[in-house]
Amino acid sequence: MAELPKHQEDLSLDTFVRGLWKENPVFVMLLGMCPTLAVSNSAINAISMGLATTFVLAGSGALISGLRNWIPKQVRIASYIVIIATFVTIVDYAIQAISLDLYAALGAFIQLIVVNCIILGRAEAYASQQRLVPTLVNSLGIGAGFTIALFALGSVREILGSGTLFGLHLFGAGFQPWVVMVLPPGGFFVLGAWLLLFNWIKQRGERRADAPTGVPANAR
Amino acid sequence: MHAESLPSIFLNAAIVNNFVLAMFLGICPFLGVSSKKETAWNMGLAVIFVLLVSSAAAFGINWLLVNLELEFLRLICYIAVIASTVQLVEMFVKRYSPALFRSLGIFLPLITTNCAVLGLALFQTQKEYDFIQSLVYALGAGAGFTLALMLMAGLRERLALARVPDVSQGAALTLMLAGLLSLAFMGFAGLGGSHG
Repeated sequence: MAELPKHQEDLSLDTFVRGLWKENPVFVMLLGMCPTLAVSNSAINAISMGLATTFVLAGSGALISGLRNWIPKQVRIASYIVIIATFVTIVDYAIQAISLDLYAALGAFIQLIVVNCIILGRAEAYASQQRLVPTLVNSLGIGAGFTIALFALGSVREILGSGTLFGLHLFGAGFQPWVVMVLPPGGFFVLGAWLLLFNWIKQRGERRADAPTGVPANAR
Repeated sequence: MHAESLPSIFLNAAIVNNFVLAMFLGICPFLGVSSKKETAWNMGLAVIFVLLVSSAAAFGINWLLVNLELEFLRLICYIAVIASTVQLVEMFVKRYSPALFRSLGIFLPLITTNCAVLGLALFQTQKEYDFIQSLVYALGAGAGFTLALMLMAGLRERLALARVPDVSQGAALTLMLAGLLSLAFMGFAGLGGSHG
């Protein structure tokens, strides 16, 4: 594994904001696909999952950053996993205490936060190098980006698949729900469609930038 | 759930509730290593092995933890066992097939964070399967994973020769394909007993 630059990052607005868009874990880095697709069948599930993941990200990030000088390099991945699993167990029991309905809806995917690549990726690439406060801020940014992505999927799937948003009916009685959207294929389709949209926006931007030089970008 | 017959468990895990296409477990390797059939096949075999070993180990651990009334440690123990199993497979593959080791690359150690493996351990606990049922469940899940991976790899090998619009290249197109495959697998829904 390549050695990452070990400079200490200064705390700035960018530490938080880049998690929202430039390093958005779902849309840009394509990490954490499993929970993204599985629990985004309604907006409320999506947001709760996002918040639970944010808590684990922030908690484990802070602890790993605090312990970074004491964790031996050889066993770091195992140590990170154990720390992450501890926080996931806390979230698991907390959700069970707060709302049993939600617990049933999210099912095994709460415990599966342990194997969310976003969290381990952050631990390895950021928390193990940086001081406590920047780590906390960065984790919250990534968590917020994840929550936004989940909400983008969850709301579209809920609106199309059951005609509701947060359980409120949006359309009249004549609305025929597009049931496939809340079923597994819908998850793939909606995420694919979002990526298509972002690709299109990005390519259009590039084409505009290329246009003055007289080379059409689509002439391949 | 105790009465469920072994073939039904196998079919359920492999086809009706396919781990990848119906339950969204193991999407990362599904998108990452599905560009060549041969790599996909080897990845499938590695995952089946890890699934079987970790399923057996998870059964033992669960029995121990329930007897000691330490259920809250379940998640931590499971993940530790899975990580060591993957380490074992990695050493084995590196020793006996360096070429395969290189072609699987980063995705081999990442089997640890393959949700299918931890998911299987959690589901078999939830469904209270006995030892044999757990093993059959693991085998079915692995077969389903390999099947999905191979189907995807076949499609993508063909797709490499097709002309697709620029804008849909890469992950977006793969996801759309996965959606179509998933739609096809929904057709099997009436085949087995319904379960989570």
